[in-house]
Amino acid sequence: MRFIFDRDTWQEIFGSIRKNKVRTIITIIGVLWGIFVYIALSGATKGLDNGFEREFQGIANNSMFVWTQRTSMPYAGFKIGRAVQLKLSDAEELRNKLPDIQFIAPRNVMGIFGGSPPQVSRGMKTGTYAVFGDYPVIDKISKKKIYEGGRFLNERDMENERRVCVIGERVRNDLFDRDEDPVGSYVKLNNVYFQVVGVYKKSENVDFEGDNSLMLPYTTYRKIFNTGENVGWFAIAAYDEADVIALEKDVKRLLKRRHKVHPEDERAFGSFNLGEAFAKLFGFAKGLNFLSLFVGFATIIAGVIAIGNILLISVKERTRELGVRRALGATPAEVRGQILLESVFLTLVAGILGIILGAFVLAIINVITQGSSGFPYTNPTVPIPYIFSALFIMVVLGTLIGLIPAQRAVSIKPIDALREE
Amino acid sequence: MIEIKDLHKSYRMGSNSLHVLKGLNLSIKEGELVAIMGSSGSGKSTFLNILGMLDEADSGQYVLDSVPIKDLNETKAAKYRNKFLGFIFQSFNLINYKTAIENVSLPLYYQKVNRKERQEKALQYLEKVGLKQWADHLPSELSGGQKQRVAIARALAAEPKVLLADELTGALDSKTSYEIMELIQEINDEGKTILVVTHEPDIANMCKRIVHLKDGVIVEDTFVEQVRASEYVQ
Repeated sequence: MRFIFDRDTWQEIFGSIRKNKVRTIITIIGVLWGIFVYIALSGATKGLDNGFEREFQGIANNSMFVWTQRTSMPYAGFKIGRAVQLKLSDAEELRNKLPDIQFIAPRNVMGIFGGSPPQVSRGMKTGTYAVFGDYPVIDKISKKKIYEGGRFLNERDMENERRVCVIGERVRNDLFDRDEDPVGSYVKLNNVYFQVVGVYKKSENVDFEGDNSLMLPYTTYRKIFNTGENVGWFAIAAYDEADVIALEKDVKRLLKRRHKVHPEDERAFGSFNLGEAFAKLFGFAKGLNFLSLFVGFATIIAGVIAIGNILLISVKERTRELGVRRALGATPAEVRGQILLESVFLTLVAGILGIILGAFVLAIINVITQGSSGFPYTNPTVPIPYIFSALFIMVVLGTLIGLIPAQRAVSIKPIDALREE
Repeated sequence: MIEIKDLHKSYRMGSNSLHVLKGLNLSIKEGELVAIMGSSGSGKSTFLNILGMLDEADSGQYVLDSVPIKDLNETKAAKYRNKFLGFIFQSFNLINYKTAIENVSLPLYYQKVNRKERQEKALQYLEKVGLKQWADHLPSELSGGQKQRVAIARALAAEPKVLLADELTGALDSKTSYEIMELIQEINDEGKTILVVTHEPDIANMCKRIVHLKDGVIVEDTFVEQVRASEYVQ
């Protein structure tokens, strides 16, 4: 250990490194490039990962949507092409039969999937907006951020069929003055006045509502638009550990049985499985991550091997010098130690430079991509353990690779070394 | 100082075995200045390598300063070389990216002498060979004679018992050769035991004893009247 911290040891190493500056620099670049690729790639992947996460925050990422279409097969005396209608009782049944369902929210909407959006007015200001009839539990599946002072729909609203609504940011901007607080005031929809209880923020996520919608309690919606027990579609969130793809199949199978649809009719019910889409997306990110790790490490290894190679040449060139050192009393251990330390030192210096360069490039990428909402890329970072493990691996590899030229240096007999011209 | 008894050495060349040293006996006392002469192939370099522990004899005894030299591993040989021997080579063998003073202090580094002491000693020996003001020059900035002086200073720095010089004037012109021999004689005058391998009779005559090797045996071993190199140096 004393050997490593001895100033003279380092002087010897610097001496021999300085002797061939160009070669040393080129050698270093090999490893530097390896660690740079590793850092830049895994940082970028992490950035992409973070970007995805930001894009989909607030959405239960094991959720799905189920709606109805027309049947494509005759069954049980029904003709082909029958329209199926989801009912509120379906939700009850699904929840009871399928324990993997954490939340299920029946939803209705006016003005998105067919039908023109109804007019909403306040005093002289009017606009047409989509109107949703929702259960409060929808907030658990697709989170709405409510501005301070307001609230989302709750169970009390549902029970009492209250005429309250939560409005989108743009609706507020259209119908209210800038300094007005919309919470507590009223808007008119279908000649009925609704009290605004909350304003939700425009989310950067994917959702149906956008920021130009009104959300009413399901019960109130049913009464106003006279939709009875009808449900437009279900938003379903599964428990985290549940298999969403299997759940999707179960949900459809159950619904087909209830609505007397042929079990093999693939068209009667439509669905979009966010969980599956997420799994694909995160699988993609995971694949990228693995790829970057793999490519990074492969490049580091290539760089370290280059160092070993260069040191081997260097040892060959220095045969005579090493012979002189041996004649002057350098023990084999000292010669070996010096070559090894040279290898590890070069690897480490190159590694640290590469990390600095990689971090620098990541910082630049971060500045460039900041604020661009269309591109899912946020805060590219490399976890500290990754960096340390990379450094550790480099030291280990540098040692192992250094052993080859070191052994070569020792195996040369001083007498042969001196004889060499 | 050096006791050699019945030293044998042969090299294997494929199926043939080349018997290079065929039973050498030699005794050298402290303070001697011995020239080992012989034509090429006489075994003088092999003999010097064995003396220098760079090579090992097949059989026979080698005692250096009452220490029997045998069963050497590389580490032990390195320690003995460092402690007992100073080498001077025909082609100087200075480390070309180290300055004169760094070259001279290298054996002291391997003796684990601390830095300050190393510098002092190295400078002291450079002064002895008359190159104090060249201490910070690289070998490439020195003439052949100066390089050999640095090499001599390096050999002396470790304060060895014996100096081994292999054709130390082989790469030098005769004027410089005599200057170097003058230095060797001065060092010998101070009591250092020195062995010089040479094939030049005038260099051999500047020693106190000449050992002739031929075909691996000592054919002649005579004490001679030393010719002072200073007579040739103006």
